Amino acid sequence: MTAVIDENPAAAPVQKPARDQTPVTITLRIRRYLPDLVGPNGEPPVPFWQDFEVEADPTERILTALHKVKGEQDGSLTFRRSCAHGICGSDAMRINGRNRLACKTLVKDLDISKPITVEPIKGLQVEKDLVVDMDPFFQSFKDVMPFLVTSGNEPTRERLQSPEDRERFDDTTKCILCACCTTSCPVFWTDGQYFGPAAIVNAHRFIFDSRDEAAEQRLEILNEKEGVWRCRTTFNCTDACPRGIEVTKAIQEVKRALIFRRV
Amino acid sequence: MQIHKYDTVIVGAGGAGMRAALEASKSSRTAVLTKLYPTRSHTGAAQGGMCAALANVEEDNWEWHTFDTVKGGDYLTDQDAAEIMCKEAIDAVLDLEKMGLPFSRTPEGRIDQRRFGGHTRDHGKAAVRRSCYAADRTGHMILQTLFQNCVKQNVEFYNEFYVLDLLLQEDSLGRKTTSGVVAYELASGDVHVFQAKAVIFATGGFGKVFKTTSNAHTLTGDGMGIAWRRGLPLEDMEFYQFHPTGLAGLGILLTEGARGEGGILRNADGERFMERYAPTIKDLAPRDIVARSMVLEVLEGRGAGPNKDYVYLDLTHLPAEQIEEKLPDITEFARTYLGVEPTTELVPVYPTAHYAMGGIPTNVEAEVLADNDTVVPGLYAAGEVACVSVHGSNRLGTNSLLDINVFGRRAGIAAAKYAQTADYVELPENPAAGVIELIERLRDSDGTERVAQIRAEMQETMDANAGVYRTEETLKQALDDIKALQKRYRNVSIQDKGKRFNTDLLEAVELGFLLDLAEVLVVGAANRKESRGGHAREDYQTRDDVNFMKHTMAYREVDGNGDYSIRLDWKPVVVTRYQPMERKY
Repeated sequence: MTAVIDENPAAAPVQKPARDQTPVTITLRIRRYLPDLVGPNGEPPVPFWQDFEVEADPTERILTALHKVKGEQDGSLTFRRSCAHGICGSDAMRINGRNRLACKTLVKDLDISKPITVEPIKGLQVEKDLVVDMDPFFQSFKDVMPFLVTSGNEPTRERLQSPEDRERFDDTTKCILCACCTTSCPVFWTDGQYFGPAAIVNAHRFIFDSRDEAAEQRLEILNEKEGVWRCRTTFNCTDACPRGIEVTKAIQEVKRALIFRRV
Repeated sequence: MQIHKYDTVIVGAGGAGMRAALEASKSSRTAVLTKLYPTRSHTGAAQGGMCAALANVEEDNWEWHTFDTVKGGDYLTDQDAAEIMCKEAIDAVLDLEKMGLPFSRTPEGRIDQRRFGGHTRDHGKAAVRRSCYAADRTGHMILQTLFQNCVKQNVEFYNEFYVLDLLLQEDSLGRKTTSGVVAYELASGDVHVFQAKAVIFATGGFGKVFKTTSNAHTLTGDGMGIAWRRGLPLEDMEFYQFHPTGLAGLGILLTEGARGEGGILRNADGERFMERYAPTIKDLAPRDIVARSMVLEVLEGRGAGPNKDYVYLDLTHLPAEQIEEKLPDITEFARTYLGVEPTTELVPVYPTAHYAMGGIPTNVEAEVLADNDTVVPGLYAAGEVACVSVHGSNRLGTNSLLDINVFGRRAGIAAAKYAQTADYVELPENPAAGVIELIERLRDSDGTERVAQIRAEMQETMDANAGVYRTEETLKQALDDIKALQKRYRNVSIQDKGKRFNTDLLEAVELGFLLDLAEVLVVGAANRKESRGGHAREDYQTRDDVNFMKHTMAYREVDGNGDYSIRLDWKPVVVTRYQPMERKY
């Protein structure tokens, strides 16, 4: 078969040198909590640290290493996960003291000369090992009216929205509700009633949507005691967001909208 | 054991389940049972768009879309169903916009549209801009928008409730009627019975039978497996789609929208090889054709990389701003997982197991069928778990997001309507007995086999022997392997003996379903001695309309000893407008 010349001939593709894939041994130091593990005299279960050694490729995800522990060493190790590539938001955890998704954290990006610590995200009740109770988090989300509100008759075709108006809230549409931001926030740690960054991000997504008509109501909700004014601008949330959302900026925009009563 | 009573119970909270919930909950008391929090569902991983002939950017109409869907499915598509889907596509997209979905926009403020594989103008003349999209996050936006509207409408969710059984009442003639489902609550380990007039299965696919897959860990075919064990048939299971552009070695999806935006596939020599396989629409040929072409390039020695085992996706000629704006997520995937910069470097890609065209047979009202035409009253299925069949032997890109919206909606409407007039069907005695037995057997087993080991071996053999290309020999090997693994599975034990959040147990149950479905897939594939759409046989390379233009129906038949065998039957394809033609692009 002869090759057809195409209109877009590539420069001979540069083949990258193969990356060093020599497996390394890593130690995962995991914060365990087994709720069924009651002591011989009925003592309540207590959390503990446990080390596991795993062989891993440098480009491997921490999630894969956790799967190896569960599959080959200790089936009771419990964590949530689903998509494994940073889209579903299931596997938020605290890795080396920072909130991240285990499926977006690669071995090569961590210091493996010492144990890698893996803990549940903070500020939510630990149910088992790395699994926390997400209900309060989702309740805060629900409290900010995270849905489009419009009035009048619906148009037969789509509502029009200019690319610029669409761009205005693009950043906050990326949220996957993983809770990395909210559970990295020191205010949330001390006051679980605080709505938290994720809820504010999702309010922002609608407050600045040109099609929406409930910005005032959402701003009133966020103006309350546990609302946006609790934010101390520590930027932990922005650093923690695995989707790269400028969370603190979004919160600042909501504050500004409250001060000037204009979105 | 707790007993709950609802008019309508929906199993699964991805796109199809939540779209159904929005309809069903308007007029029937509805509960949604989901093994994941709704926003974790794999609808969120879909990227490229949802096709509808809106004609916002160029001339288009639903009839062209229907034709493309039928031809794309290699004429195994039921044409009445495809026509319904493509007609209703337009309202399905507009409905989502009205619910708040932030579509990408044209300069005039309309929903923007882009090209996608197999979607053409006027019956194949050229690629057409039909896919409505939100950057490369369309599935994410659909999942979020549907969840937001469920919150708005106060839909009742039971999160992390894993449905393990379907309750059917059977009369003396063997006719089945729905009476509810049984679920295992992950947090507590408790078993719950949900009595319901109508049950909708929207549990998604079973990509985890393969090793290299774009599917989430949780896509383990639970709904199909439950129906199968309850004696309901599965349709067209041998047709499994391999998406051409998975990140090489990892299987993570890179949207076809990348090629819709102008991306090009190249082999190790830099040649745009799709020009040889599909001269008219080249890189935008349907997925089955592109995936096969990529595998052939590698088999014939033109693969790239140190092991010559992948090809390249080239985006380097596209303006960096276009890549950042239209394809931000996949760009990040390439950077994060392969360390490749797509704006300046070629991205290594290879086909990845992606989508089940087959599933639980339904009619166009989403009613589940117990054979070629008998409806199971009160039972519905929608989305990837179902086989309507709108995708035939190969689904076109974007038609899955369309399918979940159109048939999810139809399932919700039909179920609620049924629930309004039907009576509750009595629950069987000890409705949870089967589930409790299953759980206790796994938890109490002191067997020597491990879940992760059996799963890995199943995935290895499926990749090696039931992938893009198959032969009688490889399929026999796969079947032998699966049978052996099923035997070993009976001796599986788990380490976590606790009640709360026992994901060790969950994974063991899931593996059982996967093994069942792998077997059905392989048996169907061995029986279909032709190549059509997603099913390519090296030993039968052409489509054989005389003998095989019909759907496979697989039945699980149990004998007196409790052993089962698989019986295969056929179901005719519904042909309305389009007679089969040679499939060229």
